[in-house]
Amino acid sequence: MDIKDIIKEENLVYSKTKLMTDNVLSYCPGCGHGTAHRIVMEIIDEMGLQSNTIGIAPVGCSVLAYDFMNIDMIQAAHGRAPAVATGVKRTWPDKTVFTYQGDGDLAAIGTAETIHACNRGENITIIFINNGIYGMTGGQMAPTTLEGMKTSTSPHGRDLKKMGNPLKITELIAQLPGTYYVSRQAVHTPAAVRKAKKAIRKAFEIQQENKGLTFVEVVSNCNSGWKLPPVKSNQWMVENMFPFYQLGDIKVDGELVK
Amino acid sequence: MGELKLMKGNEAIAEAAIRAGVDAYFGYPITPQSEVIEYLTYEKPEERTGMVVLQAESELAAINMVYGAASTGKKVLTSSSSPGISLYQEGISYIAGAELPCVIANVVRGGPGLGTIQPSQADYFQSVKGGGHGDYRLLTLAPSSVQEMADFVELGFEIAFKYRNPVMILTDGMIGQMMEKVELKDPVPRWTDEQIQEISGSWATVGKPANRERNIVTSLYLDSAIMEQHNHHLQAKYRQMEAEEVRYETFDTEDAEYLMVAYGSSARIAQKSLTLARAKGIKVGLLRPITLYPFPAKPLLDLVPQLKGILSVEMSAGQMIEDVRLSVECKVPVVHFGRFGGIIHSPEEVLEALEQKIIGG
Repeated sequence: MDIKDIIKEENLVYSKTKLMTDNVLSYCPGCGHGTAHRIVMEIIDEMGLQSNTIGIAPVGCSVLAYDFMNIDMIQAAHGRAPAVATGVKRTWPDKTVFTYQGDGDLAAIGTAETIHACNRGENITIIFINNGIYGMTGGQMAPTTLEGMKTSTSPHGRDLKKMGNPLKITELIAQLPGTYYVSRQAVHTPAAVRKAKKAIRKAFEIQQENKGLTFVEVVSNCNSGWKLPPVKSNQWMVENMFPFYQLGDIKVDGELVK
Repeated sequence: MGELKLMKGNEAIAEAAIRAGVDAYFGYPITPQSEVIEYLTYEKPEERTGMVVLQAESELAAINMVYGAASTGKKVLTSSSSPGISLYQEGISYIAGAELPCVIANVVRGGPGLGTIQPSQADYFQSVKGGGHGDYRLLTLAPSSVQEMADFVELGFEIAFKYRNPVMILTDGMIGQMMEKVELKDPVPRWTDEQIQEISGSWATVGKPANRERNIVTSLYLDSAIMEQHNHHLQAKYRQMEAEEVRYETFDTEDAEYLMVAYGSSARIAQKSLTLARAKGIKVGLLRPITLYPFPAKPLLDLVPQLKGILSVEMSAGQMIEDVRLSVECKVPVVHFGRFGGIIHSPEEVLEALEQKIIGG
């Protein structure tokens, strides 16, 4: 059989998401950002929301998200994406608005904007990528860095007495009455990707119903920052990140999951 | 003729915004300008025009809400006072870099630091010269009456959208708090989605239809060659503002041998000093810059041949005086006078400074 006999429409099992541009991703090979971008864009496409969606890019590795997502996007100052999203959503309540933020952006410098947007119940969706490190600036300690974890600013490991505790911001915002759906997911295996996509789709569906803020954390690897090959970094994530940042729904239909 | 009302300057900004079809106000309370958001929340503009009013959790959030809404082509207003404007500066730099229109009122109080809640003009540098990082300029309007507080909201949005640039209304606690008669214009409706499309559709992020490229609002250009190009583009815009947007007013300059330069509340005080001086036979005039950026440099230079000296009057230790000196190219002596730290100078003090520092100096 010739290869040309195989490349046929009826045999198509996968194609590049229409809503991803042809620009080469700036992420390190093995990083979870590319997959997270793809599933968000697949959902926007499948829900037919491209012409109605405004995305907010953060400061961090995903600062250039607007180069890859083929939708109208705004690049926000470090940590301020939820405030920027508030400005958009309040003036265009019928549009779909989401932020895509890393852990330094969302859980350190932007903690106030995160908590207050959640507490006001802004009808936006927050996609939160947590890799426990500042990736873009070269692997410094993040608020989410685990105890004992080595980074360029905790070179001897995170000492809780000196540097404070890793922050479970997702559990924190789930306590607030303004959040309606809060979930923690991962994208390191096909099964995890399917689950994450389901959760993110649910978040965007709830936004269409104006029920409150929806928040999906994606625990991801940073093979460059963690100084591990991609596969090993995923193993390390499963063994170290998941026990602390447990996957699954945290709040559903406005009620904390017991 | 519009409706006549007795209002505080801060209230006039708020009412004028509703009537000018402003889409949103985001702010955070700070003395001496909290009446802006208090008036707006009391008036329920969401019922009058559909205008959104939201009290943010901080100045950082407020200016970034402005950034977000302005990114979508909406007319967005905010107001704050000196320490709050310091916190706005990051956002203002992003807004200028991303070329977004908006109007920001700074009702100045004395500083530095937490300072005082009394009026001051010591925010000239942070308002007129940038304040945030990078090479950018704010179109800066300086009202000297409650009437102008109202009028400059509409004017501010007109020029903000003309240049896609933030406009600052630089006022102070005196104009913000004092009550005067103000003629309010008849309300105009907010722009429809179709009008926003027509006016700002080429850049505003309102959702990407199939028939156009995506719109991106950003101030990030990692390639320095492109960043330099973007800066050249911004500079060309600022040169156009300098050519087209200079606004000022003169009093008794025809035969003047001496000149006072003053803006905002200091200009109101200097008008009285002018009357007192003329009664004593002193041939003095007054130039009131209405735009502080662009500064009325040429009108000032044109007066130089007839002048023996200039008194730059401002409620600061001397900030605008730098622009006055640059404008007159060292061809005539320029001396500063002003009380500061929340003290308002009297007309007599200004006259005394004129007599001692300029005429007798």
